[in-house]
Amino acid sequence: MKTFTWLLKREYWEHRGGFLWAPVWTTCAILILTVMGIVTTEVFRIRGNVQMFFNLGRLHSEMDAGDIARAGLTLDYGQLVLTSVLAVVLFFVLFFYLLGALYDDRRDRSVLFWKSLPISDTATVLSKTVTAMLMAPLIALAVATVGYLALLTLVTLWSALHGVNALPVIAAAHPLGMAWRLLLTVPVDALWALPCIGWLLFWSSSVRSKPFLWAVLVPVVAITLNAWFGAMGLPHIDSSTMTSNVGRLLLGIAPGAAWQAQGFGHHGFHDGDIMEQLAPSNVLGTLATPEMWIGVAVGAALIGAAIWFRRWRDDS
Amino acid sequence: MSAVIKASGLSKRYGKTVALDGVDFEIEGGRIVGLIGPNGAGKTTALKAILGLTDFQGELSVLGLDPRRQRHELMQQVCFIADVAVLPRWMRVAQVIDFVGAVHPRFDRAKCERFLARTKVQMRQRVKELSKGMIVQLHLALVMAIDARLLVLDEPTLGLDILYRKSFYQSLLEDYFDEQKTILVTTHQVEEIEHILTDLMFIRDGKIVLDADMDAVGERFVEVMVNAEHADSARALNPLDERQIFGKNIFLFDGVERARLETLGEVRRPSVADLFVATMKGTYA
Repeated sequence: MKTFTWLLKREYWEHRGGFLWAPVWTTCAILILTVMGIVTTEVFRIRGNVQMFFNLGRLHSEMDAGDIARAGLTLDYGQLVLTSVLAVVLFFVLFFYLLGALYDDRRDRSVLFWKSLPISDTATVLSKTVTAMLMAPLIALAVATVGYLALLTLVTLWSALHGVNALPVIAAAHPLGMAWRLLLTVPVDALWALPCIGWLLFWSSSVRSKPFLWAVLVPVVAITLNAWFGAMGLPHIDSSTMTSNVGRLLLGIAPGAAWQAQGFGHHGFHDGDIMEQLAPSNVLGTLATPEMWIGVAVGAALIGAAIWFRRWRDDS
Repeated sequence: MSAVIKASGLSKRYGKTVALDGVDFEIEGGRIVGLIGPNGAGKTTALKAILGLTDFQGELSVLGLDPRRQRHELMQQVCFIADVAVLPRWMRVAQVIDFVGAVHPRFDRAKCERFLARTKVQMRQRVKELSKGMIVQLHLALVMAIDARLLVLDEPTLGLDILYRKSFYQSLLEDYFDEQKTILVTTHQVEEIEHILTDLMFIRDGKIVLDADMDAVGERFVEVMVNAEHADSARALNPLDERQIFGKNIFLFDGVERARLETLGEVRRPSVADLFVATMKGTYA
């Protein structure tokens, strides 16, 4: 157990740039853009030569309970958007992390150093799996949540500058509820992503070079051949089934993929919809689908294969 | 002392190439064994088999364990340095030490830090900021701080200057080696390790062509400096090798009676390098 903790720490050390700094800098960029927006608004307002769309003070005094509730939901939406931006970043970070996880050290031969230590190959591969499943997503979510708190503070201060109390609107939002719901998506997404994690680790540990090419080309060729078989009237798999399953192999690590596969979020959000769609019962509901567990089995098999290659691949 | 490594019928092929061809050997504890061979002779394959890094045919036991199935247990007692470039370049020196200390039950951190204190390696530095020589000093410090029973070195000083090479082997001998430990080393710089070896193994085309301790090597192989007039009688004794220096012929004999050779000229012990060259004649032809 102690060794496993250190293996996770090792992954963090090596990939801190992707796991921590990428989400941090993205969040900073969003905050800076927000500040720039506020400053621009203020400058134009002070110059007074631009017609403002609204007057904060008047807006506030005219708001009724329904408006406040809607404004609160807008904040919830903002929290989801901020987290989603980091989710996109996380997707790219994880994709290349997993492709390199069992390949980079073979390329620079440092695999010989890792293999000189009393660490089993199973523990090594599993530490990389857990890093992709939980560690990186949890760090990204923590950064997103802190970033959202900073954003709330910024908005509150700005409103206060104009004598407007933003607290009722914040009280109408559900930052904790949202954070809890987003947290729940992490383990569910992690299980949903297992075939993708396994797929990328498999190529990372098995090929002599260019794992990216193999991981991407094999599915693309499979889809193309299947479509061609279809066009020729030969036996083939229904193309949308093919695309969604093969797509899951390649894109399954995108946070929220599990939840989207349930058909949520496809038609945008309406009033109050976000909290409902992200309700724990919906999020956890994915666990009751056969697709989830078939994927877990496929992922486990691929990870097993990756461990075998890690043990026996001989690059001399 | 029982054998630390025992191989019989050890074979390995890569496609059509035979890397190891039914090799048998035994290595006792408390020895420093040089495994010497030309490029592509099977040295690295043999080491990989011993370290459980590759599959093979035949029997092999290392510290009583099967490296294929019990690699994990084996690595608690075996250390190896593959070559200079294998420490992860992104890691900081302090991280490497923390990590090895955490995962290796036989690592003595204080000892490692003591070795490093004698070098210019700084804790904050990343491996990629170190010179090749400093990387090997770091690796050596890590390995010497691990109380392992078998240390395997595969070209550990490749590409280092002579100062680093000398101090590498000197540290090994003075601060690390004792009767409880066994060192197996391959290198092309034979002349630099010859004085520290207790045993010599030559490997050629996947076969062990010489396996003897250094005393036996000294008894078996004799070099004679012969004046031109005795050259023909020396040739009649079927020498392994003949070369000429300053108008004298130097013959290398295997297993010829010493007293008889002394009548031909000045007798001396051949260097491992000369022995190697003579034994491997025609390898690349």
